[in-house]
Amino acid sequence: MGELKVQDKEIVIPGEVLAVGMDFLPANGTFREEDKIIASEMGLVNVNGRLIKLIPLTGRYVPKKGDTVIGKVVDIGLNGWRVDIRWAYEANLGLKEASSDFIDSRRTSLTDYYDYGDVIMAYVVFTTGSKIIDLSMRGPGLRKLIGGRIIEITPSKVPRVIGKQGSMITMIKEKTDCKILVGQNGRVWISGAEPKKEIIATKAIRKIDEESTADGLTDVIKEFLEKECK
Amino acid sequence: MAFAKRSDGRKFDELREMEAKVGVVKRADGSAMFRIGKTIAYAVVYGPRQMYPAFLQDPEKGVLRCNYNMMAFSGSGERVRPGPSRRSREISLVTEKALMPALDLSNYKNTVIDVFVELIQTDSGTRCAGITAAAMALADAGIPMKDMVASIAVGKLGDKILADLTKEEEDYENAVDIATAFLIREGKVTLLQMDGELKKEDLIEALKVAKKACEQINKLQVKALKEKYKTK
Amino acid sequence: MNDYIITLVQKGLRDDGRDFKEYRPIKIEYGVSAKSAEGSARVKIGDTEVIAGVKMEIGEPFPDSPDEGVLIVNAELIPMASPEFESGPPRIDSIELSRVTDRCIRESGFIDFGKLCIKKKEKVWIVFVDIYPINDSGNLFDAACLAAVAALKDAKFPALDGDKADYTKHTKELPLKKAPTSCTVINIKDKFLVDPMTEEEKDAMARLTVASIGSTVCALQKGGEKPLSIEDIDKMISLAIEKNNELVKLL
Repeated sequence: MGELKVQDKEIVIPGEVLAVGMDFLPANGTFREEDKIIASEMGLVNVNGRLIKLIPLTGRYVPKKGDTVIGKVVDIGLNGWRVDIRWAYEANLGLKEASSDFIDSRRTSLTDYYDYGDVIMAYVVFTTGSKIIDLSMRGPGLRKLIGGRIIEITPSKVPRVIGKQGSMITMIKEKTDCKILVGQNGRVWISGAEPKKEIIATKAIRKIDEESTADGLTDVIKEFLEKECK
Repeated sequence: MAFAKRSDGRKFDELREMEAKVGVVKRADGSAMFRIGKTIAYAVVYGPRQMYPAFLQDPEKGVLRCNYNMMAFSGSGERVRPGPSRRSREISLVTEKALMPALDLSNYKNTVIDVFVELIQTDSGTRCAGITAAAMALADAGIPMKDMVASIAVGKLGDKILADLTKEEEDYENAVDIATAFLIREGKVTLLQMDGELKKEDLIEALKVAKKACEQINKLQVKALKEKYKTK
Repeated sequence: MNDYIITLVQKGLRDDGRDFKEYRPIKIEYGVSAKSAEGSARVKIGDTEVIAGVKMEIGEPFPDSPDEGVLIVNAELIPMASPEFESGPPRIDSIELSRVTDRCIRESGFIDFGKLCIKKKEKVWIVFVDIYPINDSGNLFDAACLAAVAALKDAKFPALDGDKADYTKHTKELPLKKAPTSCTVINIKDKFLVDPMTEEEKDAMARLTVASIGSTVCALQKGGEKPLSIEDIDKMISLAIEKNNELVKLL
């Protein structure tokens, strides 16, 4: 026995009662208290059979192992680089993980690889969830990103920007003729031949960030791109 | 002694006109404005972010750090000298204590969640307005919360329990001023400060009035939060 | 580094589609703290938002101007406005913001200080202008100056109760003349842009804040590391004077 107190895709706030009864199971963003399932953050309700979870609508990025992130080099040490990945603490990129080549720090300067302010695509190899985050750039597609621009969006909206099987991001790439890479940390790299097209891609992605709760978002963005890219 | 009428014509348990808005400071992680009567409070959240100095970090969970400040022109008499005062430091502390029980900071080890409360205009009930705004700002920032928090000041004047005291009512002869904050869903008290002499029965009665008032304030908080995230 | 701003500027473009000479939409709201302040205003330039309030007290004049009122301008970069601001004693930036706004108002003759005198050598009105950024999305200088001037325009004297100020009653408006405004021009490569937003501020090689009324310049502040040639300064001041004449109409 159980009763759902909210609908699928409804916006809920922390402390709101989502369901009553032992039938339902709490998942991401919810918790059980006695016989109630309660929201623990601002989110969009997602009911999947008996599982109730929330899709977060806001909140900073928290690093997880396996995340692909776009980072900025903020410091260079003897054994590697310190990288800002939009978390409270900087991540570490060690010499061994920085490239598929072997880097001999006695012969080359670290800045030859990545310099202050450089933007890189990396993945999180290990993290304690707070102060220690280790990155690696050994893998397909992981590299320094040259040119273009970086914009920042709400990390929880990244799946919407990418779309089912990449459908949304592919549509934006095709219509604006831009290369686009999306990091799980809510950083997006956009590089196009024309700055005007980069600006349109930027606006489209920000629109998805702001209007992510709308129905038919794919069509809205499609229309927007068609209008702007005439 | 009997207390007859409130000078602004409100019923004894009636609150002043209120307004709530979420997302008022773009660069912040979360923000909200709460106005009750002429008291206007802004609350802004930045975090989780790095905690300086390092010795204040907690390896088990994030730390909540609140800072309450009145803008120099927000007081009704002379200018308020900028900078922390003993009063503002005390209010910062109780704000933190009023909000902590609602938060789950276990995912944010070694970091700080900074909450800044700024008063633009003051007309009694400032710490309560600050807490109410801060709770919305924390939700807006995506900080995991088990419950929402709302805050109100109630009091006893003569033989009556009044909700949301004005400055004039606070200064009434032998008035008792009680600042409260409640976890809305659980119905529990997270802030309780009292000035004056009161019988226990009256205090319990006052807390019941405060709880109802906080539930009313919470309706505005819910509306303001959902408003921001609805797509036009 | 985010060179894309520089790339755009070299092509004659700005990220938000503005012209180099264009300000973001400006909104001015008066009396935002009407119950407490003698005068107050909120200014929005794009997403940048600043609130200013005026409080007045009775005090002694400075010895070298015994029959003139006193002006004290204080801008505080409170931590709410940007993740880059921290609590604590005033940093260089907030002192610079206070002093530039102060000069903008003081040197322009906006306030008739003689009319703030109550009793020569003994009692004058002290006018405090406190400025608080609420959200910093670039160009706090111009927003602060506009907010301060607007708050002064909104202000009224507290009533005089013998020797003391009676804050429960307000009388007439402050003795004000023509209002100054400030226009901040930045230099990127060889181009000049007004009203920089945050990303443009970070890439600015030099910055010139110009306060003026009509064709008279009343205050200047240069920032940024790059030295400016006299021709550059000439161009920037001309541009600023032109924009200030538009900005003042918004008050």
